[in-house]
Amino acid sequence: MAGQTPSQTVGPFFHYGLMPEAYGKAGVTSNVLADDRVSGQPVRLEGAVYDGTGAAVPDAMIEIWQADAGGRYRAGAPANDGFTGFGRAGTEADGRFRFDTIVPGAANGEAPHVNVIVFARGLQSHAFTRIYFADLEAANRDDPVLALVPESRRPTLLARRTEAGGRIVYRFDIHLQGDRETVFFDV
Amino acid sequence: MSEHERLTARDWSSHPPFVAPAYKSSVPRGPSQPLVTIPHGEGELTAPWFAVDDDSDLCRNGMANGAPLGERIVVAGRVLDECDRPLARVLVELWQANAAGRYIHGNDRHDAPIDPNFFGKGHCLTDADGRYRFLTIRPGAYPWGNSPNAWRPPHIHFSLLGPCFASRLVTQMYFPGDPLLPHDPIFTTVPEAARDRLVARLSFDVTEADWALGYQFDMVLRGAHATPTED
Repeated sequence: MAGQTPSQTVGPFFHYGLMPEAYGKAGVTSNVLADDRVSGQPVRLEGAVYDGTGAAVPDAMIEIWQADAGGRYRAGAPANDGFTGFGRAGTEADGRFRFDTIVPGAANGEAPHVNVIVFARGLQSHAFTRIYFADLEAANRDDPVLALVPESRRPTLLARRTEAGGRIVYRFDIHLQGDRETVFFDV
Repeated sequence: MSEHERLTARDWSSHPPFVAPAYKSSVPRGPSQPLVTIPHGEGELTAPWFAVDDDSDLCRNGMANGAPLGERIVVAGRVLDECDRPLARVLVELWQANAAGRYIHGNDRHDAPIDPNFFGKGHCLTDADGRYRFLTIRPGAYPWGNSPNAWRPPHIHFSLLGPCFASRLVTQMYFPGDPLLPHDPIFTTVPEAARDRLVARLSFDVTEADWALGYQFDMVLRGAHATPTED
């Protein structure tokens, strides 16, 4: 068996490579996963990334991969609604990021969730996590992956629901290190 | 991946540690709690589908009024899994500094000239044999603030997405015989036995005579392995 190619940090200058819209070039994806064509509950996922000292991380990148409202992953060519289930967002100077998407449906006996990868300067290997929806208590109680997480750390995976400007917003912060460290997975 | 196949585990002995004091930025940013091992479900074993045009000629895609300065190189290789199987339709994205060691990125304040004819990014999908190919300019080394008089060796950033979310990889390619390599903590914090996988190989097969030197750089992702019940 050949050895796996080692991971290296994404570094501080990835934006023009992976999210070049700000440089006037088309990107392969964006942070807007759904428009009016896509069925499901529209939702904004937003939060901030912090390091172990509590400082905001202004140069992180978040990727999400999720099922559609029916619980289906769009692993093939997109349907007429244009939903790919994948998005990328960079963090701003205050560490904040956001995605506009729809709440995924439950599938495969798991609670609705969004799969996440975090990249940053100083992060030697990308980190996997998940966003669960805090108000879906019954589904979360039965989720087999949440059940593997030490109970005291489970809240780090729960996004809190709020409403702002007529829009449903789920707040999910990512703490790379420290007392409030987000649970990261070995997938 | 077929239902009888499972993805191999991430080989942590090949990857650099999250907290590596020699690489200053990693000290407050590396996760320190134990990772929670979870099984592979549909989200982990599938990946988004990309319909992207080939944007693999960095000597053209940033051109304003002439050819970019520096040494033209071909960088080509295959994306394989650990069982040597070629991985098709993997999204390969690449970004790098110019020949002077300057990134187009607005935050790069290094006092080296911008090349108006070089943007420094490209992407393509691997073909049915897992092959990719980029035409670009050899990047320069550049100083960074990790320690006094610290210099990053010339390198090219690679991002690989596919065939599944769990096999995602971001890495950096280095050039053979570079005397800066043993002094670079981003490189040297990779376990020694795995380090040479990050160094490209000068290849006269990839080279195009009278046109561009060529470097071969294969990348190996986590592989599928059959469970005993597969027929």
